[in-house]
Amino acid sequence: MLGYTVRRILQMVPVVLGATFIIYALTFLMPGDPVAALTGSRPLPESTVQQIRLAYHLDDPFLVQYGNYMLGLLQGNFGIDFFGRPVLGLILERLPVTFALAMTAWVLKLAIGLAIGVYGGLRNGQAGDHFALVFTVIFLGIPGFVIALGAQTVFGVQLGWVDPAGIRAGWPLAFILPALVMAIEASAGLARLTRTSLVDVLRAEYLRTARAKGLSPRRVVWGHALRNAMIPVVTYLGLSLAGMLGGAVIIEAIFNMPGIGGLMVTAINNKEGTVVVGIATMLVLVYLVFNLLVDLLYGIIDPRVRI
Amino acid sequence: MSSTRKANSMGIHQHANPAADAADDVLLRVKDLEVEFNTSKGVATAVNGMNLEVKRGQALGILGESGSGKSVTARAIMGILDMPPAHIPRGEILLEGEDLLTVTPRRHRQLVGSRVTMVFQDALTALNPVHPVGRQIGELYRVHRGYSRRDAKAAAIKMMDKVRIPAAAKRVNDYPHQFSGGMRQRIVIAMALALDPVLLIADEPTTALDVTVQAQILELLKEQQEERNMGLILITHDISVVREVTDQVAVMYAGRVVEHGPTAEVLSRPGHPYSRGLAASIAGEELKGRRLPAILGTPPDLLHLPAGCSFANRCAFASEACAASVPALELIDEARHSACFHTSEVLAHANA
Ligand SMILES: Nc1ncnc2c1ncn2[C@@H]1O[C@H](COP(=O)(O)OP(=O)(O)OP(=O)(O)O)[C@@H](O)[C@H]1O
Ligand code: SF4
Ligand SMILES: [Mg+2]
Repeated sequence: MLGYTVRRILQMVPVVLGATFIIYALTFLMPGDPVAALTGSRPLPESTVQQIRLAYHLDDPFLVQYGNYMLGLLQGNFGIDFFGRPVLGLILERLPVTFALAMTAWVLKLAIGLAIGVYGGLRNGQAGDHFALVFTVIFLGIPGFVIALGAQTVFGVQLGWVDPAGIRAGWPLAFILPALVMAIEASAGLARLTRTSLVDVLRAEYLRTARAKGLSPRRVVWGHALRNAMIPVVTYLGLSLAGMLGGAVIIEAIFNMPGIGGLMVTAINNKEGTVVVGIATMLVLVYLVFNLLVDLLYGIIDPRVRI
Repeated sequence: MSSTRKANSMGIHQHANPAADAADDVLLRVKDLEVEFNTSKGVATAVNGMNLEVKRGQALGILGESGSGKSVTARAIMGILDMPPAHIPRGEILLEGEDLLTVTPRRHRQLVGSRVTMVFQDALTALNPVHPVGRQIGELYRVHRGYSRRDAKAAAIKMMDKVRIPAAAKRVNDYPHQFSGGMRQRIVIAMALALDPVLLIADEPTTALDVTVQAQILELLKEQQEERNMGLILITHDISVVREVTDQVAVMYAGRVVEHGPTAEVLSRPGHPYSRGLAASIAGEELKGRRLPAILGTPPDLLHLPAGCSFANRCAFASEACAASVPALELIDEARHSACFHTSEVLAHANA
């Protein structure tokens, strides 16, 4: 298991390098001049423009800029924005909101999706299973923003149970509605996958063995079936966490939450490369760390991948 | 608690009834068992009036071509058929006098896995891939005997030693995929032997293995069976295996036993035309490791079984009577049963 862990961490290095390089290149190649964008309609004196370009190494060759950036990154330095504020500070100010939203949604999705999926799988072909199927079809079919706007109108505006927007109420109150909206939509796919996987496993030969050992139905399901059924689910959950971060950025906008999404939009409009790259790099890192955790979890539940 | 007591009293009651079983040491008696499958095309009768008997210390071989109902019978005995699509409209499966088909589920779980156990064809799929083998063996001690985790592990190591898995103590935490095919089958056998069963059912236990390993596994089964004076049902396609390992043989055809008796006699002087076909084709031929010899014709459609003898369409001895009714499994000499209207002719042919 230790060897497996080390190997997985080492495998992340080229991924981080590749991903940051691509992000940096894309940002660098964004059309438009950052200094012009910064100054808007009132042009600055040429000398000032030159000063800014020099200070931010805007005239250096691309590879040199990237190299400098990576060197800084290795020391935990994400650079500064055009107003001289450290990018890392900006991100860390906003990230917790996005993060709390994504994680809350993810955990809710886990609970809802697994519960419905396991229930459907165990009731394979019976009434309970059909209910589960109807649930998944409905929520797979409706676009997320429709659910979001609907929920905001009904629970936030008409019933007034929660604030329709903003995060004044703090966690968890301000996060419940947007997280639930994200979770319900995303849990449909998870429920489906869990159900299919469990139905497959319940047909496996080793479950026959388990019954031939005189084990109770409960022990057969909880002791032998579920863990095997979770193997494909765990892989999916890792990928879905990234989706949750992406989804959080959109839901933030609808519910007017001060997360990383707003920062990103402003930065792109202002052509602030350091901020855009900083956010993207941070998201890549977060994503990779979660993926690593999921892979390790995968190694724990399926001994066959630990080779 | 109350259900345990109820189950026990039921057990005693059942024992009192077929007193004969206890007297002549019959471990398992299958009576008129039928198993049907609901399929999209109709009801398939996979087991159709099955009768079988295994005594203490006896090794019984079950021979029969593919689809004759051997595995379905074994699964019915173990109570591991998927129901639905399977159902059992009739029959009795008496294990030491207790009918496994009517005992409470709780009592059933006490007997299966402990008194009667099973070794499966493919050990790789029969073992749970995500649990260490020691845990899979130890689970039996924990569930049936209430052992602590540590004691169960120690007992599992002992069992692994017993089936001659090298360095058992070191390998107890390994997973099934880390073992070779032969070693995996030994682990399945260790599970089957763990609680000292009175009867072990092995359904083609060596089909998935290399020829050299096959002999070792059979030897292990035979040795353990003799050492424990256990009943053994060995389901196989391999007549040479039946000849070497078993005392008794039951020949199955279309979900029924058509002949049942001492192995040597059935194979040398068959009393049923179907066993005769099997036996004739082994004379003088090297059969070791081969599948059952093919017999001219095709087995009956399980969805539409004929009214008379199922073998009639392939039988050289068939007469009008054969198409009219089903021949019962009857005693033909001291210890042999055959289900055929013309057994005496078949035997006479053999003598000629
Ligand atoms: N789940 C099922 N659904 C429908 N029919 C089934 C099912 N399982 C078994 N059968 C039928 O029951 C019959 C007997 O099958 P069984 O597996 O007992 O044969 P077998 O004698 O063990 O053959 P083999 O030597 O190939 O293992 C087969 O014809 C098969 O079509
Ligand atoms: S009963 Fe008739 S058809 Fe059936 S095996 Fe005997 S002779 Fe053949
Ligand atoms: Mg079979």
